[in-house]
Amino acid sequence: MIFAIIWLVITLYPLVFMLMNSVKEPMEFFMGSPWTIPENPSFENYTNIWTMNFPYYLKNTFIVVAISLSILVITGSMGAYAISRLKFKYKNFFFALFIAGITIPIHITLVPVYTLTRQMGLYDTIWGLIGPYVGFNLPITIFILKNFMDDIPHSLEEAAKIDGATRWQMFWKIVFPLSAPAITAVTVYDMVILWNEFIFSLVLINSPENRTLTLGLWDFQGQFTADIPAMLAALFLSTLPLLVFYAITGEKLIKGMTAGAVKG
Amino acid sequence: MISKKERHNLFVGLAFLAPALVFYLLYFVIPVPMSFFYSFFKWNGITPDKEFVGLKNWFLLFQDKVFWQSVMNNFILVIMSIIIQIPMGILLGSLVSSKIKGARIFKLLYFVPMTLSAVAIGLIWTFIYEPNFGVINTMLDTLGLSHLATGWLGDPDTAFGAVILTISWEYIPFYMILFAAAISSISKDLNEAAYIDGATETQVFFKITLPLISNTIKTSCVLVLTGSLKYFGLIFVMTEGGPSHSTELMATYMYKQSFTNFRMGYGSTIASFMFILSAVLTVVTLYVGGRKEEFKCGRKSLGSESLR
Repeated sequence: MIFAIIWLVITLYPLVFMLMNSVKEPMEFFMGSPWTIPENPSFENYTNIWTMNFPYYLKNTFIVVAISLSILVITGSMGAYAISRLKFKYKNFFFALFIAGITIPIHITLVPVYTLTRQMGLYDTIWGLIGPYVGFNLPITIFILKNFMDDIPHSLEEAAKIDGATRWQMFWKIVFPLSAPAITAVTVYDMVILWNEFIFSLVLINSPENRTLTLGLWDFQGQFTADIPAMLAALFLSTLPLLVFYAITGEKLIKGMTAGAVKG
Repeated sequence: MISKKERHNLFVGLAFLAPALVFYLLYFVIPVPMSFFYSFFKWNGITPDKEFVGLKNWFLLFQDKVFWQSVMNNFILVIMSIIIQIPMGILLGSLVSSKIKGARIFKLLYFVPMTLSAVAIGLIWTFIYEPNFGVINTMLDTLGLSHLATGWLGDPDTAFGAVILTISWEYIPFYMILFAAAISSISKDLNEAAYIDGATETQVFFKITLPLISNTIKTSCVLVLTGSLKYFGLIFVMTEGGPSHSTELMATYMYKQSFTNFRMGYGSTIASFMFILSAVLTVVTLYVGGRKEEFKCGRKSLGSESLR
């Protein structure tokens, strides 16, 4: 029990520090110690951050994640359906191709994706991020959905087939809705990964107004080397959306994150 | 010659796969041979002219001391992650799956670091390690241990250790969940029978729990191994691989060569090496020791079990 509390302190104290010092004024921070409780908390740091590029970052991340997630769920579940349910030549080859992507470090794709994005004229736009975001999350998405679909009984589809349903109807009206638990898990997992994604946005985005949250944060660090409290305020603001999401979803999020265990 | 029915099946199958394949081929599969192709050129990535240099980049790579240091650091990271994260994961996993009061709340709170981005974690910990106003040094000052204070991330002797601790802080909750799931799937009867026979808690842990979660331990080692090749954001934010390459990993070195120095040919060579290494590691873990089936089953049960 004592250990449980010690570990709790280790886990949460960094966050408490972030919160506590983000409401200090620079003078108080630099004269005092990070351990003291703020004397007169001010939200000036937060209002300052908000008037800078922060709303852009939030908006960009939100748009890119929302679009990428929609494409991932649709294309991923269709692909998983094909691999789990249909019988066709080369099927195992395609499955192996997707599974192979799970352990491959994405760095192998960085330079080619960078040149491709430039050639497509999508460099330094948030739209250029969607392709790689979908591409590198498809393996795990298909893997989880396929495993789940394997356990759905075939009888419903067979009954629908007798009633004259097409393959698409069997997928969209039967298997897709029945896969809801796995789709929720995959969505949660992909969402956390994409919300926090850094390297593609570092490589493919340049202008401040096109940055995502993680890239913007990294840049704030450069701007605020002399103003640690402001930096911490930006940090807290950027982590808040996912913390709220976690507070709402709780164990669902944990389940989703570990359903993707393979990705590490 | 394939029959008409087979052709129809293939068509339907590909129709369902096509949307995913377009993204996957364009952004993941084709870039792999492309990177290998670029590794034979000297190229800045922006101007169209590439100079063919044959295997020069590969020879350079094998003589590059910094590169080998980054390989070594990746290796140390794997070892340290296994030593720190897995035992802590088991410890916390058994804690949150035990009957202590508020186990569920503990589990939920312990998991918080996993929801933060590597960038945010890196920045928070940069502040903790900050030499003048940072959490650790001010604490040492108050305790009268000022002589122990140092610029944790600025000192080549301490930087990598500091980064490894941060990485552990981030990932321990993940392994906690894996082990909690494994431990709670152990039949309660087994433990109770042992207690009735007079076994102590330590005995139950080492004689029953540990052997029964050995598969999860193996899986975790594989995850640490493949995951370590991908570590980037946190180290990039905290140290950019410095000071004097003491925290350099293959991933950070690859990024810096390609996108800071604009040596895209050489960067692609490093990336290609990482690809070969990860492919070899994956094949070795899958096939050597004939554990292929067990590994797959472990993965599968892990994946679907956690959805229920």
